[in-house]
Amino acid sequence: MVLAVVLVILGVGSVIFHIWSPWWSTEIASNWGSIDNAINITFWITGVAYVVIILFMAYCIYKYRYRADRRADYEPENNKLEWWLTWITAAGVVGLLTPGLLAWNDFVTVPKDALQYEVVGKQWEWNFRLPGKDGKLGTSKVSLITDDNPFGINPKDPNGQDDVLIEGDDLHLPLGVPIKMNLRSLDVLHDFYVPQFRAKMDLVPGMITFFWLTPTRTGSFDILCAELCGVGHHAMRSTVVVDDKTAFNKWLQKQETFATLYPKSAAGKKQVAGTSAGPSEVKTVFSTSVTNSSKTIR
Amino acid sequence: MSNGVIEDSQVIPAAEVEEVELYHAKSFITKWVFCQDAKVIAIQYSVTAIAIGLVGLVLSWLMRLQLGFPDVFSFIDAESYYQYVTMHGMIMVVYLLTALFLGGFGNYLIPLMVGARDMVFPYMNMLSYWIYLLATLILAASFFVPGGPTGAGWTLYPPQSISEGTPGINGGIILMLVSLAFFIIGFTMGGLNYVVTVLQARTRGMTLMRMPLTVWGIFVATILALLAFPALFVAAIMTLFDKLLGTSFFMPEMLVQGELGPHENGSPLLFQHLFWFFGHPEVYIVALPAFGVVSDIISTHARKNIFGYRMMVWAIVAIGGLSFIVWAHHMYVSGMNPYFGFFFATTTLIIAVPTALKLYNWVLTLYKGNIHLTIPMLFCVAFILTFLNGGITGLFLGNVIVDIPLSDTMFVVAHFHMVMGIAPVLVIFAAIYHWFPKMSGRMLHEGWGQFHFWVTFLGSYLIYFPMHYLGFVGVPRRYFEIGETSFVPESAVALNEFITIMVLIVGFAQVVFIINIIWSVFKGKPSGDNPWNSTTLEWQTATTPPGHGNFGKELPICYRWAYEYSLPGVKADFIPQNLAPDKIK
Repeated sequence: MVLAVVLVILGVGSVIFHIWSPWWSTEIASNWGSIDNAINITFWITGVAYVVIILFMAYCIYKYRYRADRRADYEPENNKLEWWLTWITAAGVVGLLTPGLLAWNDFVTVPKDALQYEVVGKQWEWNFRLPGKDGKLGTSKVSLITDDNPFGINPKDPNGQDDVLIEGDDLHLPLGVPIKMNLRSLDVLHDFYVPQFRAKMDLVPGMITFFWLTPTRTGSFDILCAELCGVGHHAMRSTVVVDDKTAFNKWLQKQETFATLYPKSAAGKKQVAGTSAGPSEVKTVFSTSVTNSSKTIR
Repeated sequence: MSNGVIEDSQVIPAAEVEEVELYHAKSFITKWVFCQDAKVIAIQYSVTAIAIGLVGLVLSWLMRLQLGFPDVFSFIDAESYYQYVTMHGMIMVVYLLTALFLGGFGNYLIPLMVGARDMVFPYMNMLSYWIYLLATLILAASFFVPGGPTGAGWTLYPPQSISEGTPGINGGIILMLVSLAFFIIGFTMGGLNYVVTVLQARTRGMTLMRMPLTVWGIFVATILALLAFPALFVAAIMTLFDKLLGTSFFMPEMLVQGELGPHENGSPLLFQHLFWFFGHPEVYIVALPAFGVVSDIISTHARKNIFGYRMMVWAIVAIGGLSFIVWAHHMYVSGMNPYFGFFFATTTLIIAVPTALKLYNWVLTLYKGNIHLTIPMLFCVAFILTFLNGGITGLFLGNVIVDIPLSDTMFVVAHFHMVMGIAPVLVIFAAIYHWFPKMSGRMLHEGWGQFHFWVTFLGSYLIYFPMHYLGFVGVPRRYFEIGETSFVPESAVALNEFITIMVLIVGFAQVVFIINIIWSVFKGKPSGDNPWNSTTLEWQTATTPPGHGNFGKELPICYRWAYEYSLPGVKADFIPQNLAPDKIK
């Protein structure tokens, strides 16, 4: 009896909690409303199954509790019932998969006119690279990285000369334009994660990964790292600002390019060995990030 | 298979194999320490697994203290926090759950339930335990080396697991990888034993389709483990080579502390594929024995045959097969080719069908039963609810597009703790309350059992159900502290405090459970041979606990399936598998 009541409370209580709890997804800021739809469909289909099964189980436990004068039923199998249950479940699975895979198809199909932006992660900071007027990012390589070429851009690639470099500062995105985020890690795994965008993807050293989105509302959002990357993982933060076009262009004009920031490297002059970024610099970067994060929400 | 009592007796083959010569212990040491009796090995495995599991439990308290009350405990810094997370995960998944279900329950129950005198390779079985113990000690040793244990997360993803910036990259990670290699070697010895014993040593009349589902679950889980663990083994060895010999299996060209590192062209993704090719079957290595145990306990305590036995067997086999083609659903945001998403989402959701059928069949076994709400039964009901919850959130994470926002958030943590933390642990409790009388001849204390059940069941639901919603908010997992954000509300901090307090309360209930076990071994109420009026062979032994060789002079003959409860026209509400047809009243 107690158990049956507790099961009912848990089943019904979970639904009430779902409806009334203050904790739910952040307001979306990208075109991935289809993801939220898929989540809602999943909640409906599985929520109904959850409540029905729990209530039925509670009913059985109450109704068929032990009595000395009763004997259990004897029914080893019931093919008809088992097939019905199989097909109902299969139908539920199809109902979950269809909207999911349709949305996934959009997710993996990057629009041809998407802007090519680059996110560069390293322990424990975010940097960004935007293409110049040519709309193309120059090729890059980790082994080309020096103090004077922190992104490792290939100076021989003309596409790279006018690339806009954003180091340790906020990333700005234009509103309403599809953007392909090319993700590159210089050291370990990271994950570019902005909760309001819904989309996220790992940065994997040795390869360039990507996802795409269209920002749908202006505002300033936190960038977090969502793939464990060492002791500074939780402190690897930055900010992305979605601007309308005028504000975005105004911001963009103030940014400097590879050629203007690092004229020596851009001209292809080799660095003298020993001047590359040493451990001490990384340390400084880490301690700044830690200071940033020590402001807790309390 | 269920009704024809007369047909059953005709298919019993004559004894073709002579009795094997059993190993006989000659001294105290060979009887209790270096013992080759599966029952003693089972207890050795269980005690070791529970002991290291308690270490994992304490680590979870430390972790939750930091999450619930950041800035309060000065001895927890980011390094030690990530070490707790890592060691907690690996200990619980591999060294507790895998070892306890297969090494513990497998060893105890397989020979008894199939009517064998012992495992077929007793010496190798003994070695299996001692290598497992060695692996556990190596793992534990990493707490005491300079730099401490590894803090790479239990997934041990390179490059980070062996690169600067992660705790324990000089001692801890090496000991972890070596320990895993030993664990797998030890497991392989035990695993081959379980499989061959099930296939070769069943007593007369014990056809495969008469085996209790516990044996089916452990049998298929062991096959999965034998096929899946090698992937982890090579991943561990290759990572060791990258770390110690400078190879580049998983290590690409990358910066180390700002300078160009020595590696080039390795693939971090390759490690993830190897890890999850092991890692996903691992979920079912833990879940399938739990499925089997639950089926048997529910049937016994509801006095009703398990509903749809054949479907249950084929569901176990189907789940086992499918579990090898779903692994990359752990990698939807890993940067692998995104087109894999279509395939792995589809296979992952297909596996939900046989899994759901098993769940329906447990509930349908309760339907029209005569349910004794004993402690084992209570835990089984709690398991069904918890597993249902965890299975459903699995449908969120398995569906690739839904996984994208939820991946690497607290939703994932809540999901896998529900489905492969709490759910199997509830089954372990059910199993211990159910089989403890056979192992010790005494019952566990009922009142303490009730306390343990209610606190554990309700407490863990209150811990993990709300935690999913932190994931919807967007709180990432593996964060030492969330710090300042614009999207996490104040109330989430209060929720984190609540969860931490519940964790400590549930943890306390486990201490009561351990005390109950120790007390009951000496003072528990005597149980008799078959306190639950169960049909399966382990309850029909001549002595309790069963002596060396399990059964008396003659091995039992199996006349029927394991679920002959409440058969119409028969006076008793159960017929043991070995009761000759002419003796049924």
